[in-house]
Amino acid sequence: MSTPLADRPLYLQAVGIAGPGMPDWPTAAAILRGEQAYEASVLPPYRPNLLPPNERRRASRAVCAAFQVAEQAVQDCDASQLATVFSSADGDQYITERICRALNTPERMLSPTDFHHSVHNAPAGNWSIAAGAQGPATAVAAWHWGFAAALAEAACMVWVEQRATLLIAYDLQTPEFLRPLSLAQQPFAVALRLSGSAGASPLARLGLAMHAAPETRCSSGPLEALRLCNPAARCLPMLQAIATETLGEIQLDCGADPVRSGLRITLANP
Amino acid sequence: MTQPRISHTTATSALGHGLAAQREALLTGRSGLKPQAFDDCRLDCWVGEVSGLDRPLPDAWRPWDCRNNRLAWLALQQDDFLAQAHRLRGRYGAARVGVFIGTSTGGMHSGELAFREMTPAGALPDWFDYRHTQSISSPAEFTASVLQLSGLTLAISTACSSSAKVFAAASRALQAGFCDAALVGGVDSLCLTTLHGFNTLQLLAREVCRPADVDRNGISIGEAAGFAILEHAAAAPAGAPALLGYGESSDAHHMSSPHPQGRGAAAAMLLALQRGGLRPEDVDYINLHGTGTQANDAAEDQGVIAVFGRQTPCSSTKGWTGHTLGAAGIIEATLALQCIEAGLLPCSLQTRNPDPALHAAVLLETRRAPVRHALSNSFGFGGSNCSLLFGAAA
Repeated sequence: MSTPLADRPLYLQAVGIAGPGMPDWPTAAAILRGEQAYEASVLPPYRPNLLPPNERRRASRAVCAAFQVAEQAVQDCDASQLATVFSSADGDQYITERICRALNTPERMLSPTDFHHSVHNAPAGNWSIAAGAQGPATAVAAWHWGFAAALAEAACMVWVEQRATLLIAYDLQTPEFLRPLSLAQQPFAVALRLSGSAGASPLARLGLAMHAAPETRCSSGPLEALRLCNPAARCLPMLQAIATETLGEIQLDCGADPVRSGLRITLANP
Repeated sequence: MTQPRISHTTATSALGHGLAAQREALLTGRSGLKPQAFDDCRLDCWVGEVSGLDRPLPDAWRPWDCRNNRLAWLALQQDDFLAQAHRLRGRYGAARVGVFIGTSTGGMHSGELAFREMTPAGALPDWFDYRHTQSISSPAEFTASVLQLSGLTLAISTACSSSAKVFAAASRALQAGFCDAALVGGVDSLCLTTLHGFNTLQLLAREVCRPADVDRNGISIGEAAGFAILEHAAAAPAGAPALLGYGESSDAHHMSSPHPQGRGAAAAMLLALQRGGLRPEDVDYINLHGTGTQANDAAEDQGVIAVFGRQTPCSSTKGWTGHTLGAAGIIEATLALQCIEAGLLPCSLQTRNPDPALHAAVLLETRRAPVRHALSNSFGFGGSNCSLLFGAAA
């Protein structure tokens, strides 16, 4: 059974993106439209602009990844007014590794910075400080399906709390100690700024419903490989449809394995 | 309806397995805290450890076997919860029941043990199944799998507010129509990371934690699991209490210290009241976050005073259960609901000499009194605040 929510408007206002060969939305959109060849080049390290210098020095990889896309998506708005939904399958496992290694030394001295950055909502907390955002902020995880789960929660924020909401999905490249998992072969992050009112120039109007069906794939081999290389990259079929202004339905897997549910995204003319 | 009903709950903590054990402890003033003897940890502190976690999961669930999922499993066996999940599947269909589970460190102890066995070449042992044990969504996926629910399933991990925020997220998802009923909960188990991490920050009490005490010097870490079923009013049993309101806010101040005036805490409490359409004087009991650190208790006190003044009876139950971190929200929600049901104002156990610098009406003795509405506070690292308001629906 699916529940249509078409009567509740949800507008995509801005996209931030950072993944191999995709440093920003204009570049990614050109690639997704097929106007530019896709080359999976590694992006240079990113240092958040909005963090005060002290925090910038201490920023974890997860914070940097989240800020890289969040900063792109708030360029023409008041970021302090946005609710936030952060999604990551596993946050910063480089910190986990350092903590586990420290716990196996006789002194067991953890770095205080590592400990307070080890929480899954470290990017959310840092973002609220940097943006001066005192509204709701959350951090979710749903293994490979975290982007869809976060999109549902972000839509709820817009509809129920009546707040423009910034969704940030990111996963770092899985560290070596977890490499057999192949959760994220490449780093990838995406930010979507969503609102309930159309504003001047929305990128798309979205309808969402829980509905199980086979996942939508990307149209080309390299992009499909990218989609599968990182949980956050599950956004790509939707972004490809938006970049090419293709109306219709996009299907995302969403929920627990093996009894999966799905999220159906209906793209309409804004 | 915008105020979901809470049709069933369960809780397992250091106080015991199931709701009856929690209530008996509240009534008799029995604490679950004991001197720490977890794993090979040598820290001099007290913990709230759950008994019965040495038994592995049944074979069918072996990939998920870890302390955290054993705790989830144990909690799900209490208070007729499996039968309730069966009822939900029958009534709504598995795909229409959402699962929202809060956790902070979850199955972290599995990783800690795996690193202990790391080979010189850097390989982790074959038994280590990160995806089913340590990953943040593990307790959410495990719970959904055990209960055979397949609706929108996610973990919320915002440190110590995690399993309070599941009520807000589930309430929204119900309202948006993403699910027709929701299973919310929280599971967080002891691990070396939190023990040594809080020790590094000098926030671990050497003796038992003493919330609101002039001599308070930190937290006692606990572990717990709890679950609740949220349904629309029309579907819930008559008389089921409601989630009248919730408030979520961010301190936007510091990663590990609260805003000194309790700005975010006050905002969360006020939002919960506003959503519930209640005035401060309508609230008969506040279950404080009350961790027992100097800074947290002082900031929360200012937030409570700003919203409620000095009259509303309040207490921290951390002296009973310890600070169960990602499970604190659900455990204290179930305790608040028990206070409403039993007409109980529990004291701030372990508090000996109330801090004269704090002005909220902290209960030093447990009293019987009608509780129409109860507020429960959960605040976490990253300045993540959530207040929940429970009571009979208007």
